[in-house]
Amino acid sequence: MNIPADLRYTESHEWVRLEGDLIVVGITAHAQDAMGDITYVDLPDPGSDLSAKDSLGGVESVKTFSDVYAPVDSSVDSINEDLEDAPELVNDDPYGAGWLLKLRPENLADVESLMDAQAYEEFLHKDS
Amino acid sequence: MSDETRALPLATRHADLGARFAPFAGFSMPMRYSSIKEEHLAVRRALGLFDVSHMGEIEVVGADAVSLVDSVVTNDCSALDIGQAMYTVMCHPDGNVVDDLIVYKLAEDRVFICVNASNRAKDLAHILEHSRGDATITDRGDDFVQLAIQGPLAAQVLDTLTDHDLSSITFFRCAEITLAGAPVLAARTGYTGEDGFELYIPVEHGEQVFDAVSAAGAPHGLLPIGLGARDTLRLEARLHLYGNELSDSINPIEAGLSWVVKLDKSTPFVGQDALRSIKSAGPGRRLRGFHCEGRAIPRPGCSIYAGDEVVGVITSGSLSYMLDTPVALGYVDIEHVKSESLEIDVRGRRVTGRLTTKPFYKTT
Repeated sequence: MNIPADLRYTESHEWVRLEGDLIVVGITAHAQDAMGDITYVDLPDPGSDLSAKDSLGGVESVKTFSDVYAPVDSSVDSINEDLEDAPELVNDDPYGAGWLLKLRPENLADVESLMDAQAYEEFLHKDS
Repeated sequence: MSDETRALPLATRHADLGARFAPFAGFSMPMRYSSIKEEHLAVRRALGLFDVSHMGEIEVVGADAVSLVDSVVTNDCSALDIGQAMYTVMCHPDGNVVDDLIVYKLAEDRVFICVNASNRAKDLAHILEHSRGDATITDRGDDFVQLAIQGPLAAQVLDTLTDHDLSSITFFRCAEITLAGAPVLAARTGYTGEDGFELYIPVEHGEQVFDAVSAAGAPHGLLPIGLGARDTLRLEARLHLYGNELSDSINPIEAGLSWVVKLDKSTPFVGQDALRSIKSAGPGRRLRGFHCEGRAIPRPGCSIYAGDEVVGVITSGSLSYMLDTPVALGYVDIEHVKSESLEIDVRGRRVTGRLTTKPFYKTT
């Protein structure tokens, strides 16, 4: 399973990429693969405030709805509007065109506390 | 694989095809091979091959086979021709549903019943306890590989594997035939809303038939289909799923299955008095379909609202791939079944659902 080395990860299978003073958030290849065909992505309005581990919305597949959680305390900067018409991007390109949203962390250093790729890979092995 | 689940007889075939497995009714079942959408569309446009060997089979043999079955099911087995099948339910004395079944009359003294995997032990115990008549009841659930071949091209593909004239097996008819060199019970039944067949194959011939059907179907677009697409297909065709639309606390009248309840058939049956009362008083709720606005999918347990009042509950929901909108089934209080639309609470948000009594998709 693809786990890019330059991203940070959560135990709830979100990935995080630093982009200036924002973070880009998506779900991992492992998560989208486990869910199957994604039919709908439910995302919060820009400007919403989120606490770390709050559900910020979720990803709907035919079989189930899975919550997506805020990786750190943050506010919503923008969402990936392409997903409204093409939710399958999350399946096809989870680390690229299938990104979910951009968040403005309260404290950018919080991102450092998330798992790196190696830790996430070990977590997946433990989890399965 | 965990110790609690059993492997299907053809498990290695499914693993070779890349199946994702998940436990269902005590079996490790293929959930999907490619994607649910691809599999769903293959069945609607061409054909698909399902291994549904988890389903249970019960055989009733003896002079009173037909009346014994009639003493526990609501539909009328005595009215069947030899080689004819019927959909039915089996009820508790209170009229609630033990299981839904397909009953095949193979001879005057031989009846074959296909039951839900999750209910196999319960059904057998119920039949042994409640049935009356001189016939032997045998659990044959481990003796068959059951394959379903469903889709507009199913008959054309199977036709290349048998000398039997499949056009003589019309809808809800069956015949014991030779197919791909194996003795099979071939029934023109299914759970997808498409034309197709369900084959009951002695376990030792399972691989041979699976391989032959796969090879014959491949040039026509056949895909192996998992339980995921089986569920989206049956929901689109508005077919009931036991555990969702049917249960030990749901009766067939409210489920819209009055057509399989033959209150005046010659053999008295379990639940008859209760069902007669329910039918004459009218049920307190009825099953309804919902065409939903937006993209959020109502899930089982979601409440149905008229204004601030809860007037029902969702039993199944999915994306309809043919309509490209979410669809759902649920029970609605009788005062509200004539509503044009009601609201469904999906994770705290209201979704408008337009009521329907029809299948969401019907093959043309």
